[in-house]
Amino acid sequence: MSQLFPMKQVLGFVFSILLTTVALAVYFLDMSFAAGMTILLVTAFIQAGLQLVVFMHAGETKDKGAIYTNVFYGLIIALVTVFGTLLAMIWDM
Amino acid sequence: MDFFDRFAVPHPSLAIYASMAAIGLTVIAVFAGLTYFKKWGYLWREWLTTVDHKRIGIMYLLSALLMLFRGGVDAIMMRAQLAVPENTLLDAQHYNEIFTTHGIVMILFMAMPFIMFFMNFVVPLQIGARDVAFPRLNALSFWLFFMGAMLFNISFVVGGSPDAGWTSYFPLAGTEFSKSVGSNYYMIAIQIAGIGTLMTGINFITTILKMRAPGMTLMKMPMFTWSALIANVIIVFAFPVLAVLLAMGTLDRQIGTHFFTMDNGGMDMLWANIFWVWGHPEVYILILPAFGIYSEVISTFARRNLYGYKSMVGSMVLISLLSFFVWLHHFFTMGQGALTNSIFSITTMAIAVPTGVKIFNWLLTLRKGKIVFTTPMLYSMLFIPLFTLGGVTGVMLGMSAADYQYHNTMFLVAHFHNVIIPGVVYAMLAGLHYYWPKMFGFMLNEKIGKWTAWLLSIGFVLAFMPMYISGLDGQARRMYTYSEAAGFGAMNMISFVGAAIMAIGFVLIVYNIYYSTRYETRDISNDPWDARTLEWSTHTPVPEYNFAILPEVRSNEALWDAKKNGHVLFKGEYEKIHMPNNSGIPFIMSCIFFVWGFSFIFSLWIPVILTTIGIFICMALRSFEQDHGRYISVKEIEETETNLRGA
Repeated sequence: MSQLFPMKQVLGFVFSILLTTVALAVYFLDMSFAAGMTILLVTAFIQAGLQLVVFMHAGETKDKGAIYTNVFYGLIIALVTVFGTLLAMIWDM
Repeated sequence: MDFFDRFAVPHPSLAIYASMAAIGLTVIAVFAGLTYFKKWGYLWREWLTTVDHKRIGIMYLLSALLMLFRGGVDAIMMRAQLAVPENTLLDAQHYNEIFTTHGIVMILFMAMPFIMFFMNFVVPLQIGARDVAFPRLNALSFWLFFMGAMLFNISFVVGGSPDAGWTSYFPLAGTEFSKSVGSNYYMIAIQIAGIGTLMTGINFITTILKMRAPGMTLMKMPMFTWSALIANVIIVFAFPVLAVLLAMGTLDRQIGTHFFTMDNGGMDMLWANIFWVWGHPEVYILILPAFGIYSEVISTFARRNLYGYKSMVGSMVLISLLSFFVWLHHFFTMGQGALTNSIFSITTMAIAVPTGVKIFNWLLTLRKGKIVFTTPMLYSMLFIPLFTLGGVTGVMLGMSAADYQYHNTMFLVAHFHNVIIPGVVYAMLAGLHYYWPKMFGFMLNEKIGKWTAWLLSIGFVLAFMPMYISGLDGQARRMYTYSEAAGFGAMNMISFVGAAIMAIGFVLIVYNIYYSTRYETRDISNDPWDARTLEWSTHTPVPEYNFAILPEVRSNEALWDAKKNGHVLFKGEYEKIHMPNNSGIPFIMSCIFFVWGFSFIFSLWIPVILTTIGIFICMALRSFEQDHGRYISVKEIEETETNLRGA
């Protein structure tokens, strides 16, 4: 049965719909900019991770070490670039 | 006539008309020569359509040498203009154009292809592979780079050169202050070349990770291959930033967006910020393969294994990560707070640590070595003290508070030339002498080579040390002249003399190539330097399949094992070898890219649309093509091997 029914993918799909709903709620509910932005960022990162692992099969082959190293390396550089830019151009001007 | 007015140079002079005539005559001479000697077919079959990594490497080398002289002429003109106060050799506009093109040509169209040459020629041989992972993509990379470079180089005779500095900071480079098409050339030509570089990055990461000889684990790769791997990782992470940045710049200049404008919500410093997010890693893309070459050369000619292999690798990985964390030090004086500046000061100085580790490893490799002073080794030995000097002034510039004194002065100019010339250019020249016999089957003359190395170094010291002093005295960079009362005259005169000596050095390199081609013996072994790595284990000249039998490896010095410890590199029988077919598509597609770029620069939208369709047709042709390559039979391999062994 477990071979016929892709439990992981179905649960992943439900969870990703849930994340989308939460993100969408920011638009309809009345909340501060900071709170809204936090919810959007958190759901976005979880969503991205979910897509990579569940639907793009990041951890299912023997080169998963290389894939995760690559993702984390890119993530670190992206975060440093974005926050460094924000710091220099806006927060600390 | 209005239509043709746009192609006129906005600021003509006798020198530009002379260049136009010279370019025209050269093109006619090349075409006439090819027709007269009936070489069109040869050119097309052997070079324009080739997918062989060695030939592509040699084409990179030729382009790099050509661009070295183009950038060098710019440099001499600048130094001549500044040699005496209130000189009128060049006017302000020409001076602006020349320092702009000098920077771009030297970094993107000289140093980058030189690196690409080494990666193309050496890496597959060093890891015991028969070609790169995607040979046709490799050809496309080269031709895109080449067309980008040519597009950039016609700017000064068609429409005007970019004149906003090699960094092309907005708002200066925006349409408000740079009305000519010069900055469009910058955006489009570098974009085309940059796409090629990004493809190279992907290609070489795949090659190095997937195509190593049996037994060569990651920690048994030769050091140059490691440095190429790390440099390509940086390329893949940094070059998309450049692509996006140039696209935004193009939109600002030609479509009317407001990313970098001062009004309508633009951020005027955002260009500088994103530019250096790419620009600083770019520095390490250049220097890491150079370090790799020094590692090979120093361990070969110290006759010792490289000291601290693991720490060499570790420091390169650390540099690759840190290189993305320091970009803000290029604009400490922008006006951000002390906190930001302090953070980036610390990350900047942190890079000095892994770099220092590498310097000490080279010194310790030399210790107790039996040092042989060949030309490549001489360049490497001159590199260590001169580069360290540049590194130390880099730490000085890295102190954000002190940087307010040095920023945009000749001190900065002296610093980055002091790291790039001994760091990158010397490595390129060392590598050129080192790999020349493998490429062409004869050595470059050692005596002329050593004269060149010393002349370049003397010229270098004379040209750039005075800039430190005049910079501290307040001479700003990019100033086209200065008054006599400023007192910069003597220092700049010394600089000019140094630059002239360097020019003689570079001419000597060409003379050396000419002299050695005529007089040096062809009777050399496959391993004339008594080297340690796999590229020297195959024949000279290298057969198109590189290795008749793929080598087996058990350390990072496979050939040394074979020579000294009885390790058998080539086991087994000949088998037929699968090789890729040549293809004209990369060349044709790049030519279409050239027309696309030219039309885009001049906002000729109909040709832009047509060429865009052409580019997609080329990609579709590739997608639907059935090309399974070809096989070299065992008989052919035997014939080739016998011929090469007999020679």
